[in-house]
Parts: sequence; structure tokens; C-alpha cells
Amino acid sequence: MLIAILSITVLGILFGLGLGWAAGKFRVDSDPVVDQINAVLPQTQCGQCNFPGCRPYAAAIAADEAGINQCPPGGETVIQALADLLGVEALALNPENGAEQAKTVAVIDEAICIGCTLCIQACPVDAILGASKLMHTVIEAECTGCDLCLPPCPVDCIEMVVKAPAPGEWAWPRPVTDTAREHAQSLPVGAA
Amino acid sequence: MQRDALSQAQLAGERLYHFHGGLRLRHNKKISCETPVEKLPLATRYFVPLLQHTGREAEPLVAAGQKILKGEQLGCFRHLGSDCVHAPTSGTVTAIANHPISHPSGAEGRCIVIKPDGLDEWQTLDANEDWEQASPATLREIIGRSGIVGLGGAVFPTGYKVRQASERGIHTLILNGSECEPYISCDEMLMREQPDSIILGARILQKAVGANRTVIAIEDQMGVVYTALSEAVKNSGASGIDIVKVTTIYPEGGEKQLIKVLTGLEVPSGGRPTDLGLLCQNVATATAVARAVVEGKPLIERTVTVTGNGVRKPRNLLAQIGTPISNLIDQCGGYAPGAVRLILGGPMMGYALSSDSNPVIKAANCILVLTEDDIRPPQPEMPCIRCGECARVCPALLLPQSLNWSVRSGLWDDARDFGLSDCIECGCCDFVCPSHIPLVDWFRFGKSELKLLGLERDTAEAARQRFEARETRLERLKQERKQRIEEKKRALRNDSEKQKKIAAAIERARSRQGKDS
Repeated sequence: MLIAILSITVLGILFGLGLGWAAGKFRVDSDPVVDQINAVLPQTQCGQCNFPGCRPYAAAIAADEAGINQCPPGGETVIQALADLLGVEALALNPENGAEQAKTVAVIDEAICIGCTLCIQACPVDAILGASKLMHTVIEAECTGCDLCLPPCPVDCIEMVVKAPAPGEWAWPRPVTDTAREHAQSLPVGAA
Repeated sequence: MQRDALSQAQLAGERLYHFHGGLRLRHNKKISCETPVEKLPLATRYFVPLLQHTGREAEPLVAAGQKILKGEQLGCFRHLGSDCVHAPTSGTVTAIANHPISHPSGAEGRCIVIKPDGLDEWQTLDANEDWEQASPATLREIIGRSGIVGLGGAVFPTGYKVRQASERGIHTLILNGSECEPYISCDEMLMREQPDSIILGARILQKAVGANRTVIAIEDQMGVVYTALSEAVKNSGASGIDIVKVTTIYPEGGEKQLIKVLTGLEVPSGGRPTDLGLLCQNVATATAVARAVVEGKPLIERTVTVTGNGVRKPRNLLAQIGTPISNLIDQCGGYAPGAVRLILGGPMMGYALSSDSNPVIKAANCILVLTEDDIRPPQPEMPCIRCGECARVCPALLLPQSLNWSVRSGLWDDARDFGLSDCIECGCCDFVCPSHIPLVDWFRFGKSELKLLGLERDTAEAARQRFEARETRLERLKQERKQRIEEKKRALRNDSEKQKKIAAAIERARSRQGKDS
């Protein structure tokens, strides 16, 4: 009897210590669900979803405080991916958040720029380079096209231009094939 | 297991294996092999594209109006280390202008336009007659700066490949002379006419990557080539060079297929031959390496097969990179009556060009001119009947019909799982499909999409990191500011002199208030 009590107690203490140690050692700092959602989002950090960045939006989705259809830069693809990830119905993009558009980058008209640094402070990904009273410029490769630098500019010298693919980034187009039925319909009557 | 694979790979060529699928096609090579390779006379204009392989454009190093010598650097791919494009002849750069660049997109790209001065004068050449004394690192450096790319068609920069290979450790160098696509005969002619140069290139490459053996794979129907190469090996006195005849089945000249034939091993999906300790190079690349190291000449010309029923005198030409294709056609007696299509590359993997003003590029192994009779009339696409012919011939062991469905429906994860990126676009499935489904067109589209999706993910990841870095920075600055203010307040509290002054000021204010009321 005593042996049984002792051994169970010792085992209990051992497992308790083990679990306590493991809880510290394998601690998960961030919510893995939020991380997974965040990985799907396009990381433009544009705030069109009404959250200050992609991660806060991901957290809101995980907490069921926001719909999966509030990300215009991601568009249909992201909504579909989120629906697959979370096992919910895919919805159409919420028009209140904006419409899906072609990818753009910001371009500063350097002749007009007065060097006020306001856009630098607004840029969520540090893609604008410059200093006070000196000309600013956009690092094109880092710009996510979020539009956040447009409102603060006092002289309206920033323009969003559609990103043109370089020849090396050229992609094979979707094949256009006429199916047998279309082909038959295109033939003059009586030809077949 | 790993060790077994490695030791089996070391026996490359000792025993021959089969790869799955493939097709026996009519060779159609004889018509262009009857006359020796001819050197093309100088053109009146050269258009050297700054985009010669997949990836980004080279940055131009010359300006319009500049006089240049043959072999001078025209542009440099900084992101690849030191790979470059070079001047095909001496003359003047008249412009850096947009011109069709012989790219499947049919788009224009920046080209360096050169007006030759007719002297064809080389720049000072850095020749290394005694290359055997040079260190492997030096050899790799020379290969890297000579603008050499894989001349079999993939145009992967050789300098980069060799550098990577030497880091991974290579035991066997495979020289690919099994030019399996119909019509193309430029490598065969090269092996017939310049076997010594190929063997020299093989020895240099072998030293540059530290391999101890070379296997040269040729097709069993190239009898003359075998004799020529064996003779050259004997003359060079080199040991450890074996010539192996492989059965001619399209596409056994594909890198992974050839390795399967020679070793019985498969290059893992997403992996490279270096994983098996092998390095595969085209025979033409080997001659380019020999020329670059021994004579100091960069890659500015290549052998091009001009063939098909649409040209009067099919043959092989030695053409400078940047020569308009029309010059090559003229050299072959012009177009034959009924010529309707101009193809860059072979009939299975090539793509149609819209104009013959396009320049010869490093990838241009063949210019095929077809007549109406050669082309299958366009057939309407029928639904897939699941006959499985495509899977039977697929040399990459894929299931083209499943891939077709995933790609058409945009199920990219499925397409990836079914191994879309392992498709070598050989066209076998297309060729046998009884429903005339343009499978390869779909797979090329799908591969592009997968690549773009990957790129998008990478840029999103970069943006996320920058965003998070900025957030932590802003947080840190906020904390630092708070701390500074705290410190100032504390300093103020501890300063008794100042505290007295403050107390006095408060007292004064109070007494004034008392007076006012």
C-alpha cells in the first residue's frame, strides 16, 4: 500500500516537473493560427482592411472579429486561401474595403519634392529614402504599393504607377484553345 | 543509401540503363550534315541582346558612339557574379535600342547595336597556353568572366554552375553530345570537326571542378563522331575520359534523362546532378571553355544548324551572337518556296519567331524553317479521354493528364504536388495526345504561374520582415524617449538647488494669487 502511494507520488512529481520544464522550453510565443493567416496575407501593410497592418488583421480574423473578405490587394486568391485554411465559405471581396487592382509602386516626382519626410514616416516598410530638406526617393523593389504615402504629402508629388514586368519576369500566357465544339460552330454550315 | 547512390553514380557509363517513356522520332539530321561548318561573313549590323537567358537583363557597360574591339565586354550580369555579354566584332556602338530579342514572348528588349568596322580586330587576349599550371580557382574565374553559358539550350551560366559544382564536390564530368531532338546537328558537326577542342575543354572543366573522370555521351547513330573523339582522346594522352554510345530515344539528351541512362539514378525532384556528384555540360560548352581558357577568347560565336525543308541549302554555320537570322538564311541559299514558319530551336521544344531580323542568341542551336507540308494542320482540341498515352511517354515520370486538370483549374498546390516543376517541356505528351490537347502550352503557363506565385510569396515575406523591423524600431525609439524623460525628471528631483528654486517660484505664485484675491 505504502509502496503504491509512494511510487504514484514520485511519478506525479516527476511528470509534473517534466511538464513544467517542457512548458517553459517549448513555449510558443505567438499564436500559430495568427502566423498561418499572416503568411497568406499579401503583406502590403496598406490598412485597407481597417486594421493597422497585415498582422493585426490576421489576429482579428483568428479572433473571429473580422471577415476574410477585407483584403483588396490579396483579392480573390487570398480570400480563397483563407477560406481553405480556416475551413469556411469563401466570400466576395467586401466593396467597402476597396477593389482589387493591378500592382503599383509609388514614384516621387523629385523636382517637386520639398523633403518634408512625412512620407518616410508614413511608409510601413521603410521603402522611402531621404532626409529632412533633401530629396526623397522610393526603393522600387521594396515598395508594396500601399498608397499610405499619398495623403501625407503636402505637395502631391507622389504618383502610383502600375508595375511593369521586366522581360526576365515574363510569363507564358494562358493557352487559348478552341475546343472541338467551338471549332465545329465556327465552320460554315454544311462543312462538316 | 546515400553512399550506395554515390558509388553507383561513380560508375557512370559502365552499364547503360533506360529512362521511362520517350519517343523514337525521325532524325532528319542528315540534310544539314552534308557540308562542313561554314563561317559566316561579317554582317552589316549586330544586335546583341542584353537578355540572353532567363532572369534579369545585363547592365550595359558601353555607350552609344563608343568604339569597341572584338571580345570587349558589352554588358554584365552583376547578380550572377561576373557573367557577361561580349562584342562579336570590332566596330562602333551605334545605339542601345529596343529590338526583337529572340525570346518566346516575341517581345522587344534592349540590344546593343554594333556597326562593324570590317577589321574584326580582337582586343588584347589573355591566353593561357599553359593552363595545366593554373589553379582550379583561376580556371573557374576565367570561365566565369568569358560569358559562357550552357549551349545545349538551357543557357545556364557555366561560371556559376562550375563554381557551385566545385563547392559541392564532383567526381564525374558528363559531356552531353547526345543531341536527341530531330533536325539539330550542330553538336554532331562540332564533335566531328573539333574533337580535340572538346577533349581539351573536358580536361579543363575536369580540373576546374576537381572531377577525376569524364564520360562523353554520344548517340549510337553517330559512328564518325565516335572514331573522331576516340582519336582525339588518344592524341591528348589524357586518362579517365570514356566515350559512351547511348540509344537514340528522344529526349535522352535531357540532363536528367542522360544521367538516368548512364547511372541508373534519378536526380531528385528539385535537386541538381551535383547531389549525385555529377556535373553535366554540353560538348559545345566544352569547346567554348577551351577557347576561353587557352586562347582567352570569350563566347561570341556558336555553331547553329540552319535546316528544314524551307531553306535551299541546309547546313551548319559558325555565327556570331547578335547576327540577324536573315543573314544565316541568305548564307544557306535563302528560303525555299513554301517556307511558312521560322522556329528557333528544334521541332519539339523550339518556339516560332515572328521575324528573321531577330538576332542569333547564345541559346540558338538551330533555326528550323518549315513548309506548309511539314506542319500538322491545327487540330481542334477534344476532351481528354484518359487513355494514359501521355503518362506512358513522359520521360519525367509525371502524369500529364492530372497536371492538365490541375493547371486548367488553377489548383496550384495540386499541380505542385503532381510535380509540375519537374516537367522538362519535351513535348512528348503533346505529340502522342489523340485529343490534340496542347499539354506543353498549359504546363509552360502553369510553371510560369508557379514561379510568379513563389516570387509573390518572397516579396510578401520581405515586406513582412521590413514591417516588423520597423515596428520594433519604433517601439524601441518610444521606449528610449520615455526613458530619457524619466531620467530628466529624476535628475531634477535629485538636484536640491533646483528644487529650492522651484519651491520659491511656487511660493511667489501663491502669494501673488493671494494678493489678487
